[in-house]
Order: sequence, then structure tokens, then C-alpha cells
Amino acid sequence: MTTADRYYVPHGSHWPIVGTFGMLTLVIGLANLFNGHDWGQYLAYVGVASILFMLWGWFGDQIHESLKGLYSKQVDVSYRMGMTWFIFSEVMFFAAFFGALFYTREYAIPWLGGEGAGAWTNFVLWNGYEATWPSNGPAGIGGEFETIPAWGVPFLNTLILLTSGLTITLAHWAVKKQKQLQQVLWLAATVALGATFLYFQAHEYMEAYTELNLTLGSGIYGSTFFMLTGFHGLHVTLGTIMLIVITFRAAKGHFTPENHFAFEAVAWYWHFVDVVWLGLFIFVYVL
Amino acid sequence: MSSVAHAEGHDHKPEGFLNRWLFTTNHKDIGTLYLVFSLTMFIIGGAMAMVIRAELFMPGMQLVDPAFFNQMTTMHALIMVFGAVMPAFVGLANWMIPMMIGAPDMALPRMNNWSFWILPFAFTMLLSTLFMDGGAPAAGWTLYPPLVLQGGNSFAFAIFAVHLLGISSIMGAINIIATILNLRAPGMNLLNMPLFVWTWLITAFLLIAVMPVLAGGVTMLLTDKFFGTSFFNAAGGGDPVMYQHIFWFFGHPEVYIMILPAFGVVSEILPTFSRKPLFGYTSMVYASASIAFLSFIVWSHHMFTVGMPLGGELFFMYATMVIAVPTGVKIFNWVATMWKGAMTFETPMLFAIGFVIMFTIGGFSGLMLAIAPADFQYHDTYFVVAHFHYVLVTGAVFAIMAGVYYWLPKWTGHMYDERLGKIHFWWSTIAVNVLFFPQHFLGLAGMPRRIPDYSLQFAEFNMISSIGGFAFGLAQIFFVYIVWKTVKGGQPAEARAWEGAKGLEWTVPSPAPHHTFETPPEIKPDMIAHPSNAH
Amino acid sequence: MKALKFTGALGAMLVSTGAWAEYKLNMTPGVTEFSHIAYGLHMRILWICVVIGVLVFGAMIYSMIAHRKSKGVEPARFSHSTTAEIIWTIIPILILLFMAYPATKGLIAMEAPHDKPDLIVKVTGFQWRWRYDYLNEDVGFISSLDQESNRVRQLKSGENPGQVKDYLLNVDHPLVLPVGKQVKFLLTADDVIHSWWVPALGWKRDAIPGFVNEAWTKIEKPGIYRGQCAELCGRDHGFMPIVIKAVTPEEFEAWVAEQKKSAMAGQEIQPIADQS
Ligand code: HEA
Ligand code: HEA
Ligand code: CUA
Ligand SMILES: [Cu+2]
Repeated sequence: MTTADRYYVPHGSHWPIVGTFGMLTLVIGLANLFNGHDWGQYLAYVGVASILFMLWGWFGDQIHESLKGLYSKQVDVSYRMGMTWFIFSEVMFFAAFFGALFYTREYAIPWLGGEGAGAWTNFVLWNGYEATWPSNGPAGIGGEFETIPAWGVPFLNTLILLTSGLTITLAHWAVKKQKQLQQVLWLAATVALGATFLYFQAHEYMEAYTELNLTLGSGIYGSTFFMLTGFHGLHVTLGTIMLIVITFRAAKGHFTPENHFAFEAVAWYWHFVDVVWLGLFIFVYVL
Repeated sequence: MSSVAHAEGHDHKPEGFLNRWLFTTNHKDIGTLYLVFSLTMFIIGGAMAMVIRAELFMPGMQLVDPAFFNQMTTMHALIMVFGAVMPAFVGLANWMIPMMIGAPDMALPRMNNWSFWILPFAFTMLLSTLFMDGGAPAAGWTLYPPLVLQGGNSFAFAIFAVHLLGISSIMGAINIIATILNLRAPGMNLLNMPLFVWTWLITAFLLIAVMPVLAGGVTMLLTDKFFGTSFFNAAGGGDPVMYQHIFWFFGHPEVYIMILPAFGVVSEILPTFSRKPLFGYTSMVYASASIAFLSFIVWSHHMFTVGMPLGGELFFMYATMVIAVPTGVKIFNWVATMWKGAMTFETPMLFAIGFVIMFTIGGFSGLMLAIAPADFQYHDTYFVVAHFHYVLVTGAVFAIMAGVYYWLPKWTGHMYDERLGKIHFWWSTIAVNVLFFPQHFLGLAGMPRRIPDYSLQFAEFNMISSIGGFAFGLAQIFFVYIVWKTVKGGQPAEARAWEGAKGLEWTVPSPAPHHTFETPPEIKPDMIAHPSNAH
Repeated sequence: MKALKFTGALGAMLVSTGAWAEYKLNMTPGVTEFSHIAYGLHMRILWICVVIGVLVFGAMIYSMIAHRKSKGVEPARFSHSTTAEIIWTIIPILILLFMAYPATKGLIAMEAPHDKPDLIVKVTGFQWRWRYDYLNEDVGFISSLDQESNRVRQLKSGENPGQVKDYLLNVDHPLVLPVGKQVKFLLTADDVIHSWWVPALGWKRDAIPGFVNEAWTKIEKPGIYRGQCAELCGRDHGFMPIVIKAVTPEEFEAWVAEQKKSAMAGQEIQPIADQS
């Protein structure tokens, strides 16, 4: 517990309501799009734009206040806790999809293949289906497909992300040692690595769709594969954008050895994205 | 810190309606918003329950189409759970936690505003599905596939509404954790905190752990319907039952999310009106934590009939039964708190005692449900409906009402009308038992839940239950009147509104000033509600 | 005093459930080994809870009467007692063990594999009726809500359900089963999840599309046993009842022969006797 001599309470802000408006427009747009109304997409764009506007303005306020030295040590700790538990919630979000992967591989597919409690399931409904992994189920939903070998691009991507974990740590040292140029260079390197990762992943997706017939509709394998790697890729994208922002802030000299929470928050997030990838690499690609 | 921190003139309420309510960062105003919102949702959800009870008043289909009936059941539950009970507790947390631990406000006040303002919009969207083609979601609040995937236009809206509610809850929970762990005044140790603060801390962890899982689960529903994935489709190697695992991994902790803060409220009220310290403070904390921990490993007791392997059924049966132990500790400690006290029975105390008794009844039926071979009979009958309304209505809702009566003087500066409060309590208590007790019999006699019409052997008890339901509903209109009257005026309340009340919140004036603590207050031993080392 | 009266009344309600223990108020003891297990456990746990409830609520009520401020008592100051807390942790554990033992035995009995069924019936749930296939006999038919109930249950039909015999609990073609034989059920569904439940058999089991669940029964007494779909399955979930007609093995054989004959003649399936 940290305490302050005097508490800091920020003044009111219109950004949350802008954020709410953005979120709502986004989901109403998407829902209409899914229901077959093409105009929904424009609403969704407006939503995304509003959310970006909100982030820009809200963080702008924060940066402004932080630079003015309004924040106490206590406020800093609150932000750290906030970020930590936000990342934890993200971990649990991924846990749902890892759980789905685990459940279908360990239970659903074997049962459909007649193992254990599934003897009658297999005999009555899916006679002839054998439990294997990868699988697109007894009805072969989505047709035959091939998988992406772990030790090619995915392995390369693992190395890329691990390296980026290193470069961001180097950037952190540079912040602490007040070496601004190094800060910017290491951050730029991290951004470049993130972008390369995304490039490779996009490439992989293209290949999966065009050459391997591996799609989101390829039964349970395609579902778990694309949802896990897709949500991860989305997080890498967000992380990269955040990295770009703090690279610019580093260039402006915003970070001091004492006050650089924004930097650390992004670094934590980036490490989190990294760890999720390791899980993916092992459970989705290798095993 | 320089005075710029308070450049905005924080000693005064902000000028103008928008500034005051829409852009607010004040925990009390946000708390009020939450509470008002919750009450609105309680009335809307309750009105839907009245439609259900009216259709079930007699055998035969009199009022609504079966499809609409299912929409009512689904929406009633979603609104009550996510719109009424959870926001009510967040409202109480917003109002009371900073005051109880000597904090100036919540740790992240702007995010606090965001957490709240998502709710009214998300629920407006959810309610608007009632007017869409094909109507509102109708697959039950559990949204089981494949049935839920048959939903019409409303499906995507309902899923996104759940996403938004989840985001709101997670942000609210993060805020509460940061506030409690970071903003306590010096001297307010963890083991000095009021129990309400403790139970909310634990609840917040539960929220952060399970809301994202629900979000993941409903996302899979969305992609199964619109993007051709096969998570819940056996033909593609998925399993509809997998959804149930994901849902209940969220769903069971969710029910404790709705009861742990209630335990906290009751643990504040009983000592006050018994004029005696809470019995076994430390074991109360450990019991709450154990309940939270156990809640993660019991989820499949909702799924005994899906055909799990024997080992799984045994495990989940045992784990569920174990929860009776820490819960029992709480009940016994409450009784011991009352024992040899000098009790008075003002309305908050009446609701708290009503809570202890009727929650225990609901707990007993929960324990019966946990016995797997018997649950093969109970499952999906009105016995389950009776169980969860006892823990939710006479549990969670009664605790919320107890809390409202208890803290209303602090919020408004006025005492409520004690006579009306007592009438409200007795009216509600009698009506609610007429409403839900017969449902035990209905379930045992074989009436399935989620049906709009039933065979003749169930007629008498359904009619009794409906009458109780209407009476209970009217009692809540009366409650709204009592609260309104107190806000408008009434006998002025002292800082320490209740004779036996301990705790920091009773050292500040009633009504509490817009900003309670500008600087960390000094905590003196007599300001601590439940000193853990008292003898 | 009001609190006392109220709790007293509630207690009386609880206690008398035992006395009123007849079909309309309580779980049916049913007609199979499993239903006896479920019923036995139900009654055992119910009574345990009633006893605990009487003790706990009794203590509370006594305290509310004896320890009230208006009697001028001074509040005691104690705030914990490790001994007491250990006692009320241990005792519930013992009680739970006392419940868990028979529950475990019952569950193991109900889930035990029964390899030699005399008859296998495949049950398929549809929106909103059931299909039954006697796997070794080549007999199968669909069973739906009876015409009478179906007509009266329409919204604002204006008819009195009281005039319909077994309103909503009757079907056109009941499932015919022999008593005293081990019957194995294979449950599945075609569209959404349903749940097959006849209280007299002592269990319900979900019928899940794409998977087959197993269950079995051995009915002790001939008779008509009624049940309903127990998993929300859409609009007419409330209108897909189940009726079992349990008959002697001889009658059953005769019924099967009849079915086969009419099936061969390409006629409508004739159940042994409609809606008795
Ligand atoms: C606030 C909400 C809340 C709470 C607190 C509880 C508490 C409990 N619930 Fe409940 N439950 C629900 C809300 C809640 N439940 C809901 C909403 C559903 C239905 C969801 C749906 O399907 O839509 C449900 C359904 C549900 C089921 C599934 C039923 C079915 O669908 O077939 C089961 C089964 O095990 C269960 C068990 C329990 C148990 C064992 C407890 C225990 O925590 C209770 C513990 C308390 C006590 C036991 C009493 C006090 C203890 C003592 C006095 C000590 C001594 C006692 C003994 C040793 C017996 N609940
Ligand atoms: C916290 C949660 C909560 C709360 C507070 C309630 C409150 C009530 N519930 Fe709730 N209920 C659930 C959670 C809750 N319920 C859940 C989770 C389900 C399962 C859904 C599913 O199966 O998917 C369910 C299902 C459910 C059913 C079963 C439906 C079915 O299976 O088909 C019934 C039936 O009686 C019912 C009745 C009631 C009643 C009468 C109240 C009353 O307490 C409500 C009282 C409040 C009011 C009435 C509002 C105030 C007054 C007015 C609006 C004025 C109008 C008044 C009159 C006309 C008299 N509920
Ligand atoms: Cu079939 Cu409900
Ligand atoms: Cu549960």
C-alpha cells in the first residue's frame, strides 16, 4: 500500500462516453453486417474511428497530466495494478480457447471416434470415423486440408517474438540509463520485429487458404487454429500500434527513469503476447 | 503534491447536468447512477417475471405465445443477473468502499465512469431485441447451442451485449481491486478492513477470472453461427456440451459473484444491530476465500445429466458438497454474532436476518441438488427454480435491500420511515415465500422449468405461486416509494446513523460530502468496524 | 414476536412435507431400482437439512427473543472462539460424509455398465417429438403430443384444459416396454439438445445431437408412466411429452409381432392400445 500526503482525483472527462459511443456503434454495425445488411460495415467504421479518437484524446489527457507532474506515486501504483489485472483478464480470454482446444482433442474427438464413453456414439452415428488429430470431424466439414508444419515459418516467428522480447528489454534499460537514442532504436527494432511477425502470419494465412485448404471452416481444427492464432495476431497488431506510439513518445523524450509507466505497460503487454505465442506454438503447432 | 491537483475545485459538485452525471469521476455520483440503473432494471426484469407468472397462473395458454414466453424467461434472467443484482452491488461498492477504507475516490475514476456508462447503452441494445424480427433471444440465459444458434436477428445483438457487459464488469472489478489494495489510509490493514470490502475484493478477482471466459464462449457461438466454425458441432469434431463446460466455468463463480458481496453487507449489519463485534472475523475472510476458490471446481454440477463419465460426476458432486462447510462457518458465525448481543430490529436488521434464514433454505436445496443421483430427478425442474430464487431473491436481493436501508441515511442525510420499512419487510417476506416455496413441490412433483403451460396436477401450486409473485411485485413498488420519500426528505440523520455502527463511514457527516477525504484520514482503533484482534 | 411466528410457520411447512409425502408434493418413489435410489437419497438429505435448519434457526430465534435490547441486556464483548469454530467446521464435514457415502454408492450403481440388455431402444429427440427405434426388433415410430391436448393448448383456444384427460401428458404412440427386463436406451437428438425424462424411472438424460448417451432401466410394475422433455428445446419444448406403457413380457412379445406384421404390410404402426 502506498499513500500520498494529498490524494489526487482527476477531473471529469468526456472521453469515457465517447468510448461507449464508439463501442456501441461498432457492435451495432457488426451485428447488422452479420445479419446481412451491408451498411452495417460503415457504422462499424464509425465505431472504430470513435474508439481511436477516444484513445487518442484520453491518452493525450493522461500524458499531459503526467508531464505536468500531477501524478503521485500512488496514482502510478494504481495504473500498474490496473494494467496487471487487465492482462490477467486477457489471459483468461485466451484460456477459453485453449480450453476448447484441450477439450476437443482430449474428449470430443476421441468420443466421436468411439473411445471410452463414445462407443455407441461412433457405432450409431459416425461409424467408420477414427479419432485423429488434426481432424475436421466425422463429417469432414470443410473438406480435406493440410496443416502448417511447426518447424517452418511458425518456428521462425517464435524466434522473432523472442528476439523482440529482448529488444524491448534493452529499450527499457536505455530508459533507465537515460540514453534516448538507444531507447528509440531498440523500440524501433521491436516494432520492426512485430511487423515482420505479422507479415509472416498474414503470409501463412494466405497459404493456408489458397494452397492447404485450411480455413476457419475446416472443422474443429480450423476453428481452434484460426481463432487462437487470429486473436493472438490481433493482439500483436494492437501491441505493435502501442509500440509505435511509445516510440514516438520516446523520441520526444517523454520517459524519465522515474516516470515511464506507459513504456512499462506496453512492455508488459508485449511480453504477455509473447508468452501466449509460446503456448500457441507448443499446443497448436508442435503437439 | 501541489494544489494544481485540485485545480477543478473539487470541493463542489460540478456545475450542470452533463458535467455532474455524464462526465463524472465521483464515486458517490457513479454509485448513485449504478443504484438507480439497477432499480430500473429490477423493475423491467420483474415486469417480465410478472408476465411469466401471469401465463403460469392457470393451465392453458392465455396470454402469450410459447416463443414469447421463452423470450421472457431468457430476458428476465439476463436482466436480473447482469442488470439488477450485479450493478446494485457495484453501486454499493462505489459508494461505500472508498469511505470504508479512507480513500478519496476509486483508484481509476475515469474508468469508473466508463464501466458504468456502458451498461445503460448495452441494455438498451439488449432490450431492443424484443422488437426485432424473431424477437429477443429465447434459449434461456444459459444460451445453449445448438438452440441459441436458431435465434433470429437478435442473436448477434445479444452476444455483443454480453461482450459489453463483460467489459464493463472487468473494468469495474479492476477498479475495485486497485482501490482496495492501493488506496487504504495508513493504519487500515487488510485484516482491519470491513468485511464488505473483503468480500468485494474476492468477488472482483472472481469477475476478472471468469467474465473473459464467458466472452470467449459467446464469441465461439458467434463464429459458429456466422463464420462456419465447428466448436459446438459434432459433425466437425466439436461438441455442444463443450459450450456448457465453458458457460458454467463462468456461471458457477458468477452465482457467488452475486452472493459474496451480500455476505459482506450482512456481516456489516448484524454486528451493528446486535451491538457486538462480528464473530470470527478472520474465519469469515478465510471462508469467503475458500468459497471463491471452490467455485472454480464445481461447475459441472449443472451438467449431471449430460452423460459425464462416473469419475467426473463423483468429483463434481464432492467438490460441490464441500462448499457447505465454509458457508456453514459463515452462517454459524452470524448466529454467534447475534448471540448475547443487545439486538434491535430496525429494517436493515430485519432484512439481514431474513437473509440468513432464507439463504440457508436456498443453500439446503443447493446441497440436495449437489447429490448427483438425486439431481437426475431434480435437474431442470422447478425445484431448481425454487433453489436459485431463494439464494438470489431472498439472498442477494434481500441483502441489497438491507444495505440500502442501512446506508440510505448516509447517502441522503435522511432517515427512512421506519414504519414503512417494516411493512415493506414483512410484506416482501411473506409474499416471497408464497411465491417460491411452493415451487419446491412443483419441481418434486415433476414440473419441468421453462414451460409456458403445464398439466393439471400442477395447477394449485402454480396459482399460489403467481399470487405470491404479484404481491411481491407490488411490495417492490412500495419500496421504490419509500426510497423516493427518503431522498426527498425525512428526519435528519446523524453522522453515526445507527447506535451500534462502527467503521470509518460513520465518522463522516450524513449526507456524506461530495468528496469525503482530501487527505488520508487518521485511523483510530474505534473507527475499525471489525478489529480482527478484539477479544 | 413476528419473526418467531414467521419462522415457526416456515418450520411447520418444512416439517410437514414429510407428512404430505404423496406424489403431488414430493418426488415419486418410482418403479425402478434407480428411482428408489434417488428417492431414498432425496428423503435422507431432506431430513438432515430439516434437522440442521431447526437447530440453526432455533438458536437464532432463541437469541432474538432472549438477547434483545428492549430487555435491557448488556451486549457481550466476545468476538471469537477457536474451539467453537473448529467444532462447526468438523461437524458439517461429518454430516457431509454421512451423505456422500450413500450418494456414491447410488451413483456407482446407476452408472454401472450393463452389458447384457434384453432390449435396446434408440430414442431420438426432434423439435418437438420423440422417435423410438427398437434396435433388435426393427420396429420404430414417432411419438407426438396427442391431438386433444394439442388443440386445447393453442393460444387463446378458449377451451378448458380440465376437460382433457392427462392434458399435455399424453401422446399418440406411447413407448411400449416389458417389465422385469433390462432395457438399454441410446439417446440422441437430431436438431437441438432435448432431455428424456420419466420421473418414475428415476433419471433424465440429455439427448445431444451428434452424440449418443446411454441409460438403462428395469421397470418393476406394469403401468403407464408419463414424463416430459426436460431441456429447453425451443418454442414447443413444453409440448413434447413421453408416455411409457409398461406391459408383461408376453404382452410385449405380442405387441412386437403385431408391429412387425403391420410394418410388413406397409401399414400405419399400431401401438398396443392408444391412450388408455
Ligand atoms: C446466489 C446464487 C447461488 C448460490 C449462493 C448458490 C449456492 C449453491 N448452489 Fe446453486 N444455483 C444458482 C445460484 C446459486 N446457488 C443458480 C442461478 C442455479 C441455476 C442456474 C440455471 O440452471 O439457470 C443454481 C443451480 C444449482 C445446481 C444445479 C441444479 C440443476 O440444474 O440440476 C446445483 C447442483 O449442485 C447447485 C448447488 C448449490 C450449492 C451446493 C450451493 C451452496 O453454495 C450452498 C451452501 C449453503 C448451505 C449448505 C446452507 C448453510 C450451511 C449450513 C447451515 C451448514 C451445515 C449444513 C450442512 C452440512 C448441510 N445450484
Ligand atoms: C437475480 C436474479 C433474479 C431475480 C431477482 C428474479 C426474480 C424473480 N423471478 Fe426469476 N429467474 C432468474 C433470476 C432471477 N429471478 C433466473 C436466472 C432464471 C432462469 C432463467 C432461465 O431459465 O433461463 C429465472 C427464472 C424464473 C422463472 C422460471 C421461468 C421458466 O422456467 O420458465 C420464474 C417463474 O416463476 C421466475 C419468477 C421470478 C419472480 C416472480 C421474481 C420476483 O422476485 C421479481 C419481483 C420484482 C418485480 C415484480 C418488479 C417490481 C414491480 C413491478 C414491475 C410492477 C408490476 C407489478 C405487478 C403487476 C404486481 N424467474
Ligand atoms: Cu425437447 Cu425440450
Ligand atoms: Cu453452480
